[in-house]
Amino acid sequence: MLVKRASDIRSSEISDKTTYLSRRQFLAAAGVLMAGSVAGESVVSAQRQAPRGRKLEPVQKSAFSTPEKPNTWQQITTYNNFYEFGVDKTDASTYAKSLKTSPWSIAMEGEVAKPAVWTLEDVLKGMTLEERIYRHRCVEGWSMVIPWVGFPLRDLLTRLQPTSRAGFVEFTTLNDPAQMPGVRNPYLRWPYTEGLRLDEAMHPLTILAVGLYDEVLPNQDGAPVRLVVPWKYGFKSVKSVVKIRLAAQQPVGSWQRAAPQEYGFYANVNPTVDHPRWSQAREVRLPGLFKNRPTEMFNGYGDQVASLYSGMDLRRNY
Amino acid sequence: MSDRALRFVLKPAVFVASLGPVGWLVWAALTNHLSVNPLSDITNETGVWTLRFVCITLAITPLRRVTGWNAAIRFRRMTGLFAFFYGTLHFLTYVIADRFAGLDFPDGFIAWSTARNLAKSVSEDIYKRPFITIGFTAWLTMLPLALTSTSGMIRRLGGRRWNLLHRLIYATGIAGVVHYWWLVKADISRPRTYAVVVGVLLAFRIIRARLRAVPVRAPVRSVRLQ
Repeated sequence: MLVKRASDIRSSEISDKTTYLSRRQFLAAAGVLMAGSVAGESVVSAQRQAPRGRKLEPVQKSAFSTPEKPNTWQQITTYNNFYEFGVDKTDASTYAKSLKTSPWSIAMEGEVAKPAVWTLEDVLKGMTLEERIYRHRCVEGWSMVIPWVGFPLRDLLTRLQPTSRAGFVEFTTLNDPAQMPGVRNPYLRWPYTEGLRLDEAMHPLTILAVGLYDEVLPNQDGAPVRLVVPWKYGFKSVKSVVKIRLAAQQPVGSWQRAAPQEYGFYANVNPTVDHPRWSQAREVRLPGLFKNRPTEMFNGYGDQVASLYSGMDLRRNY
Repeated sequence: MSDRALRFVLKPAVFVASLGPVGWLVWAALTNHLSVNPLSDITNETGVWTLRFVCITLAITPLRRVTGWNAAIRFRRMTGLFAFFYGTLHFLTYVIADRFAGLDFPDGFIAWSTARNLAKSVSEDIYKRPFITIGFTAWLTMLPLALTSTSGMIRRLGGRRWNLLHRLIYATGIAGVVHYWWLVKADISRPRTYAVVVGVLLAFRIIRARLRAVPVRAPVRSVRLQ
């Protein structure tokens, strides 16, 4: 992977002029709003989008990408659930600036041939980066379309050589109170963890993302490296991964532990299995005003992944 | 404060200020200042302001008792009606953006079938989901209070019966807090704050009623709050 320095990039490469100008207008407006905003719990605060990052290249196109129109950079970087920085959607864009993403290393543990700690550069060595434009469905009932850049998780897992006992993969997010104000509150048990079955993790749709819109992943979206599993609710896609553990036993995820009757291990997008408190039959595609979009089974990836669950009762294994 | 100042300055000022949240929402929606999820912004703002106005309304009697400022009572109808106003906006947001938006329209938007399907969709959801049931209950308890808020209705019902009826707002406060509590995914700190506020305001009434019910004895008399 080549990472160009920011100074190598002409602004025309980053965005066309209208986008650029509208962004400037937006920032000016955000300034006005900030000055006038009231301190309050749900008052929509000024949105701070991430500064544009370094360009990633080369990035290949992928047949797995949806032709749907992706959400804008601004939308994807100002509306984030990243509880390590706070529970409000704008907390990540406000506080994630403090996250230090370089150097970054990932511990590879458990049922693998050679447990080791790899730097992100080690992980990326020899990997081909692909753009994967995926639908993203949050368990809360909203969705976006996001142009991730990453590589199939299976390419990494294969290199790790899982042992014959490995049946599951557990991912862990960084847990650093010095950088992440949210982890001082115990509303979830930190660090944040989530797990996949090994065959789910090896599925070609499952990626580790390091970029957005062909640029380095912004902090609020889970920099420098995050999981993306597009047929599952967003909370399964762990951000800022520091540990990947191959396991013989099915791991328990953070949300599953917090509310097992509401969040299961599988968390596949499923319009026929409601959240106990709200329906999952429809979603609002952001930025929309109406919850009128029918939610698709496996978030529309059923052709690729339904066979993973054949014979399973998805009502029980939610 | 003079009666004139109250009537012509303070009350209109409170009225205009109470329109602030909805004014801000309309402005932000028209000028693109809502977040990427405008539906959730509108839902949250109208919901939270309903609960705030319920709390303000519940605080008026304790405020009178504690401070002796009896003119506070003259704001109670207004704040109560604003609670109903924001609660109705909140409910309508749900009915339109969540229920209406999910309907099929076999005979076009304006048709009897649309009204029927909408009524069915809303009532089924209220029946099925405790979170919606309790929220609807909170709104429903405000409805008779809003309808009987006029001076004419107070006269017609008589003060005693009117007062009894309007104790329904205690139920509004409790149902509203439970609704908020059941909404959050993990961090209960905000609903808990409202639970404490509503709890204190209701406890004030219970304690006061107890104290007044105790046979008159000197030690009790000395701690009466009036």
